[in-house]
Amino acid sequence: MIEIRFHGRGGQGAVTSAELMAQTAIARGRYAQAFPSFGPERRGAPVTAFLRISDSPIRVREKIYNPDVVVVLDPTVMSVTRVDAGLKPGGWLLVNTHKSPADVKKEFGYAQKVATLDAMSIALEVLGVPITNTVMLGVFSKVLGQATPEDVKEPFLNRFGEALAAKNQLAFEKAYAETRLEE
Amino acid sequence: MAAKRIGLEVSLAVSEAVMLCDADVVAAYPITPQTHIVEHLSELVADGKLDAAYIPVESEQSAMSSCIGSSAAGARTFTATSSQGLALMNEMLYIAPVLRTPVVMAIANRALSAPINIWNDHSDIMSVRDAGWVALFAENGQESLDLTIMSFRIGEDRRVSLPVSVNIDGFTLSHFIEPILVPTREEVAKYLPPFNPLVKLDIAKPVSIGMLGMPESYTEARKATDDALLASKEVVKECFADFAKQFGREYKVVESYRADDAETILVVMGSIAETAMTAVDEMREKGEKVGLVRLRLWRPFPVEEFKAAIKPAKNLAVIDRHMVMGVPDGPVALEVKSFLYADAARPSVSNYVLGLGGRDVTREDFWHITERAKAPDAAARPRYELVGVME
Repeated sequence: MIEIRFHGRGGQGAVTSAELMAQTAIARGRYAQAFPSFGPERRGAPVTAFLRISDSPIRVREKIYNPDVVVVLDPTVMSVTRVDAGLKPGGWLLVNTHKSPADVKKEFGYAQKVATLDAMSIALEVLGVPITNTVMLGVFSKVLGQATPEDVKEPFLNRFGEALAAKNQLAFEKAYAETRLEE
Repeated sequence: MAAKRIGLEVSLAVSEAVMLCDADVVAAYPITPQTHIVEHLSELVADGKLDAAYIPVESEQSAMSSCIGSSAAGARTFTATSSQGLALMNEMLYIAPVLRTPVVMAIANRALSAPINIWNDHSDIMSVRDAGWVALFAENGQESLDLTIMSFRIGEDRRVSLPVSVNIDGFTLSHFIEPILVPTREEVAKYLPPFNPLVKLDIAKPVSIGMLGMPESYTEARKATDDALLASKEVVKECFADFAKQFGREYKVVESYRADDAETILVVMGSIAETAMTAVDEMREKGEKVGLVRLRLWRPFPVEEFKAAIKPAKNLAVIDRHMVMGVPDGPVALEVKSFLYADAARPSVSNYVLGLGGRDVTREDFWHITERAKAPDAAARPRYELVGVME
């Protein structure tokens, strides 16, 4: 089982990210569970979402305290939250930032592996809105091999409808190709 | 073709179940964390996927009043609520069973105020436990959908004719996206016959429902309802068995997990059972003789099945999600102790209240409870513990 925690701000799609990856995994016959951090929804406030993916039925409903992966949709959250809290040694931090993995590690003192992508630029360029969730899913899928561009086609279509799904598909594929991994 | 699981939010799975059951009336008022259920139902009605009257009432008191009226007129009726919404329904909740109106209600269980809190515990349902409703607790998304379907059949059975609540832990179950098998309308129609009540409001054959009960008849009217509720257990079991035959998913009124040879048994209700089962597995790996018993049916209380399930235990750890103020016991523990009082060979019972107002319930909680419940030193074994409280 792989456990993932998403950090973002209300309105950026942290919850949608977790949902889409869960639906992608389930559509492929695997087991998955996605849930929000259940706060009163406030646009702009730091939010957390959780995702578990497994090859066998998942029988635990506690929050994720020791994730294998942390996805950061908004780099400003890193200044107010220890997004690496409980992250397993050898785990991944996937960060939306124009900075390099080495700079992010140095600035925030992260001990785990880091991958970065300037997801905001891709979101603005391809989607025309500052919503980075499907872009960051591209990073996630690339780094962890959890889903290919082909796998997300149907879940995107179900979630966004035809026109918007095509844009998100493009954003996902661009991220999948451009993600910078730690050397 | 084998059906395929889809990733679905549990709230929406409940709405889909209501659509598959072809409900005639949905009367509801939105309240977190139940809102997604009725929001999706209003979409299904607006999109023409469910041919029902959707009544957007101005309060939960009106929601339940409308439900009782429509059910009395022979309409298959559904509503959903949480916490303060359930509290606002209170007077109508006691009326529906005695009028024998089989309304089905999903309760996305949430803490009662104050302090105001939108998160999960069982204080809402426990505050109306004596009203006369059949009450079921779901463990996961599949069960939430399945129990919703079965609830219409249980409640509408003429031997029962009582309202049914399906309790779904708010957020920790209602807001999870998880794999769920959704049956077809045809399959559900095969399982669920049309609603055909013994008596209904009909202008061609006028009757009065809800008359004054004088001192000469009130006791008997209450007893008739209680008799029906107690007798409904056999119908619940029958409906579970028929569901298993058709859909292949087996449900029991009381579930056991690794309890056959357990010295310590945890007793739980609702979705924390999943985390508890994982904790049991982890403790078993270390050689701990621990098991789990889960009450799926809470009303009527399945006394015989429960006693049979806990038989091997020396120590019973009863876990409650509600605080009964003024009494040092949770509601489930109070009842368990009363059932066991007359038995010569009864286990040592300790009670743990936890997960109030959304405080996360973790595997560690169950390890802690198991340690406490089996402590050889009586002084170390609590009679009652509010787990994790900050003094």
